[in-house]
Amino acid sequence: MSALLSVERLSVSFTTYGRRTQVLHDVSLNVPEGAQIALVGESGSGKSVTMKTIMGILPIPPAKIEGGRILFEGRDLLTMPERDRLRLRGTAMSMVFQDPMSSLNPVFTIQDQLGTILKYADRRLGRDRDRRGRYARILEVLGQVRMRDPERVARSFPIMLSGGMRQRILIAMALLSEPRLLIADEPGTALDVTTQAQILKLLKDLVTENRLALLMITHNLGVVRETCGYTYVMNKGRIVEHGQTQSIFDAPREEYTRSLIAAVPRLTGRDA
Amino acid sequence: MEFLAFLTRRVLWSVLVLFGLSIVIFTIARIVPGDPARMALGPRASADQVAALQQTLGLDRPMWEQYGLFLTGLSQGDLGRSLLTAQSVNVDIARTFPATFELVLCTILLAFILGVPLGVAAARWKDRWPDNLVRALAIFSAVTPTFFLALLLQILAGYVLNILPTTGRLPASMSFNADVTGLLLIDSLIRGRLDVFGEAIRHLILPVIALGAATMGQIARITRASMIDVSRQDYIEAARAFGVPDRLRMFKYMLRPAFVPPLTITGLEFASLIGNAFVVELIFSWPGMASYGIRAITQKDLNAIMGVVMVSGAFFVLVNLLIDVLVGVVDPRVRIRGKRA
Repeated sequence: MSALLSVERLSVSFTTYGRRTQVLHDVSLNVPEGAQIALVGESGSGKSVTMKTIMGILPIPPAKIEGGRILFEGRDLLTMPERDRLRLRGTAMSMVFQDPMSSLNPVFTIQDQLGTILKYADRRLGRDRDRRGRYARILEVLGQVRMRDPERVARSFPIMLSGGMRQRILIAMALLSEPRLLIADEPGTALDVTTQAQILKLLKDLVTENRLALLMITHNLGVVRETCGYTYVMNKGRIVEHGQTQSIFDAPREEYTRSLIAAVPRLTGRDA
Repeated sequence: MEFLAFLTRRVLWSVLVLFGLSIVIFTIARIVPGDPARMALGPRASADQVAALQQTLGLDRPMWEQYGLFLTGLSQGDLGRSLLTAQSVNVDIARTFPATFELVLCTILLAFILGVPLGVAAARWKDRWPDNLVRALAIFSAVTPTFFLALLLQILAGYVLNILPTTGRLPASMSFNADVTGLLLIDSLIRGRLDVFGEAIRHLILPVIALGAATMGQIARITRASMIDVSRQDYIEAARAFGVPDRLRMFKYMLRPAFVPPLTITGLEFASLIGNAFVVELIFSWPGMASYGIRAITQKDLNAIMGVVMVSGAFFVLVNLLIDVLVGVVDPRVRIRGKRA
């Protein structure tokens, strides 16, 4: 399996008030084509910084990339011209945002927001699509995320939709431009567990249907077990352990991983 | 349909506010010491004459009855007769209000049109020179008393540089009867008198700056804070991650949600603007409601006081109503839920 995305010895630091703090230490990970990979760690472990660096939305400064490479389809994202980088962002690689309540602009309709994203993605990729074409694509993607009434949803403002529906719109947003890599940032953590389970199921189905690679970023190992075949465990800015998800669950090598696994709630009533 | 219900609710509230205002002002105007009849007739009038005038004015009746009479008049659009000018208060206000209206309206429009872009620029270049400049401007304009700024402008632009007129709405040599709307800027255009239009603008410049500087600073400050607040929202980061261009993010995705606080503050600023307009009108000899209102207060011309306050109050309420509607247009959350989420 060739690697679609490969992060090599990535180091990132933040400078705030003249004080430099290194937040990523030689982080390396691989996302093969069509694979579902998890990046696990608690809050502050560096997952989000890793993800933002990959997406190219890290605020620089205060952040600074100290070293390493991020290869996407063999090309280094960190050294390629900004133009090419922009062409990939939100298109070939796109992101499912975490919080459905705050990740949609409250004052524009769904159609307007998806339309704008699609319009500029089309422009970057040199695709020719008119307003009507974009609308058709929006309805198609809303259908893909199992919206029952895409036309009505498209006309709605975010406030008119439930949390679960808004999360599905965030997924639709990521799918608009037929990405090859989907980065999901703790999808559904802001929702109740039932809805979250549906969202994860939907995400898994979509990834399989469209043969996408998925990099799932989460603190919840329970989620990982359901969705991803391979897992990276992150702590204090370092990858501390990685391997097949099942083997990590069966025989975690690191104390840290064991504590993460212990934190997964069980339904059996008594700790095994 | 929801919007109509929202509007009806707001209009009803406005009426209630004006009703409350009328009670408060009516009471205060009568509680403060001094006999309006005695003041109108002068110290040499006999007690009988004063008593007779008190009776004609209804001042000998119980307060609630006086208020009842006032309300009856008000409901018919009649504000009563002024003791000082011996004219109907309606006529007096119709004569003086347009000048005040023109001044205040130009001020608020200019403060908004300049304040919002300044705030956006400050937010865009946060902590760099445009931001520092705007912040300094906002603080200075906020701490400078209006009367001081007005005098300073008069001295600088009027006497030292001698480039702008410092009193009145038009030069004394110019005769023009603003008989359509009472607003010089509009009537001069209707009548095709560009010379009047130009002079009216020249006369407006200094009073508008004096009156509007603080409001503009306030609007710029609020816009800046609101833009910065919105720029940290997840949806802005999301737009970035999906490659929405910078400029579009700034002016569409950020400005629109950030637009509500400046709008709201404009409505609130309006109250202090009317108050300050009185000061500015006195300093610039602006023939507006101020001199009329101040004379009414010092002479306890009860009907004139009520008239000026009610008209100012209605003006304030109307502007805020308009702003509520605009907020509803800008932010669908207000339309849909009747409040901000």
